[in-house]
Amino acid sequence: MLTLSSIAKNFGGLQVLQDVSLAIPERGIFGLIGPNGAGKTTVFNLISGLLAPSAGVIEFHGQALTGLAPHRITRLGIARTFQNIRIFKEMSLLENVLVAIGRQGNSGAVSFLLPSAKLRATQRSERAAAKELLARVGLADKAELLAGKLSYGEQRRLEIARALATAPKLLLLDEPAAGMNGAEKQQLMEEIVKLEASGLALLIIEHDMRFVMGLCHEIAVLNFGQLIAQGAPAAIRADRQVIEAYLGDDGDGEKSRS
Amino acid sequence: MEWLETFWATYSTLVLSIGTNVLLALSIYLTLACGLLTVANAAFMGIGAYTAALLSLHSGLPFYLSLMLGALLPAAVALLLGPPTLRLSGVYLAMATLAFGEIVRIFLLNAENLTGGALGLNGIPQHSQWFDVLVLVVAAIYLLLRCAGSRIGRTMVAICQDEVATELMGLNVRAYKLFAFVLGAGLAGLAGGLNAHFTFFISPNEYGFDRGVEILAMGVLGGTGSPWGAVIGGVLITLLPELLRGLGNYRPLINGVILIVIILYSPKGIWDLTRYLRRGGAAS
Ligand SMILES: Nc1ncnc2c1ncn2[C@@H]1O[C@H](COP(=O)(O)OP(=O)(O)OP(=O)(O)O)[C@@H](O)[C@H]1O
Ligand SMILES: [Mg+2]
Repeated sequence: MLTLSSIAKNFGGLQVLQDVSLAIPERGIFGLIGPNGAGKTTVFNLISGLLAPSAGVIEFHGQALTGLAPHRITRLGIARTFQNIRIFKEMSLLENVLVAIGRQGNSGAVSFLLPSAKLRATQRSERAAAKELLARVGLADKAELLAGKLSYGEQRRLEIARALATAPKLLLLDEPAAGMNGAEKQQLMEEIVKLEASGLALLIIEHDMRFVMGLCHEIAVLNFGQLIAQGAPAAIRADRQVIEAYLGDDGDGEKSRS
Repeated sequence: MEWLETFWATYSTLVLSIGTNVLLALSIYLTLACGLLTVANAAFMGIGAYTAALLSLHSGLPFYLSLMLGALLPAAVALLLGPPTLRLSGVYLAMATLAFGEIVRIFLLNAENLTGGALGLNGIPQHSQWFDVLVLVVAAIYLLLRCAGSRIGRTMVAICQDEVATELMGLNVRAYKLFAFVLGAGLAGLAGGLNAHFTFFISPNEYGFDRGVEILAMGVLGGTGSPWGAVIGGVLITLLPELLRGLGNYRPLINGVILIVIILYSPKGIWDLTRYLRRGGAAS
């Protein structure tokens, strides 16, 4: 569904990604791992259109994403969350989700000018849909709270609900479990499995190896901007290169997170 | 009804000024609500004022048509100016729009054949009646309240809080910014046209830097949480000089002091303060 072909990215003289090729299938949970600074978030930024690749092509369902504005890429069906959480802190949870849901009910450009039964019905159904999404990530009871008051883990789950509101086919999660305690991580894993079961493809960056190995069907490993391995969790765990580059310092990746 | 006539004779200019200033405050509210610091609204007001006044002086067009053209021309200019400048943010956007304002002022000053240059335009028919101002102000408030309560308003607040996240929710951030900028320019132009038709006389310097800062002050003082904030800001900035008449030449100084106090103690303006008080000061 999503293919990256020979992607490179330079920032000035700094080569952050070199010759990265990936194919994300229509279904399933795909993991992207690697040490700090390997270029994982940069891959997300390229896919979502925040950055343009220095070389290579990214295609979604056969359509090249190069040159498309980020909002267009989202509308094609790619949504994401952020490593450094970017919720709308001064809005309620419900409003956070409504921002993203608004695009769906296209009720005409000037229909907001006059109060009408149709407009109210649209607004009601949008709010209901937003509440449902909050319920899916276990935040239904906090819908009216200001998002800035949530705990770290709750903010990450709100970001997932907001991303789902854009009706994606592919969901990119950048370190969704960072800052979560064990119970929260467990709960999040269950939620992600449910999302996958509902027909969504997921691409997940995560440092927590139990999380990644437990969830992903396939894993790609980045090291200094290059893919050094790709395969099923068991194969990755046994890969010598991966162990040297990353897994060898077991859990260290997590410790150096802020 | 005699008291009314006396009142009107003394205060008509003030009342009409409140109306046009509320329009100006609403015009800056639109961009401020998106987190855009633009200071071109005085120039848009000038373009509107000169367009409407020149049409009234030299063409047989009905007053309302002149007014509407006075709103449309600055909106069209904003539509051209917006795409290149709205890529900027913060100080750079402020500087670019400030420079645009100077260009407009200097153009008005030098296109003497058209604008009368520094001498300005004299003898503009006094067409603006209180009900014209009232109808247009009410219409503008209604329009912006509907906007604010719709997903347009919600998106503007989102853009103000995190542009990148908003864009990645599938929303065309640039289009929303341009919409706010163009509609704001139209409102400022409308205020200019109305204003020109009760002041009898206009000149380029009325639409310079001072006016730009005054408009900004209305927006900041009232707050950008709601169009009502802009209304409060517009009314207060118009009335303050009157209330402080006793202070003579020190009046502008009080304006500045009040602004500093508001920015320090209620950075989201008076509107936010009233919301806080209405909630009993408990919730934030
Ligand atoms: N916009 C940018 N400009 C310049 N350098 C950048 C930019 N974005 C990322 N980099 C650099 O690119 C490299 C890879 O960064 P990236 O954020 O993709 O790493 P990562 O794999 O996500 O790491 P982490 O696990 O710490 O999140 C880093 O050296 C970073 O400093
Ligand atoms: Mg990262």
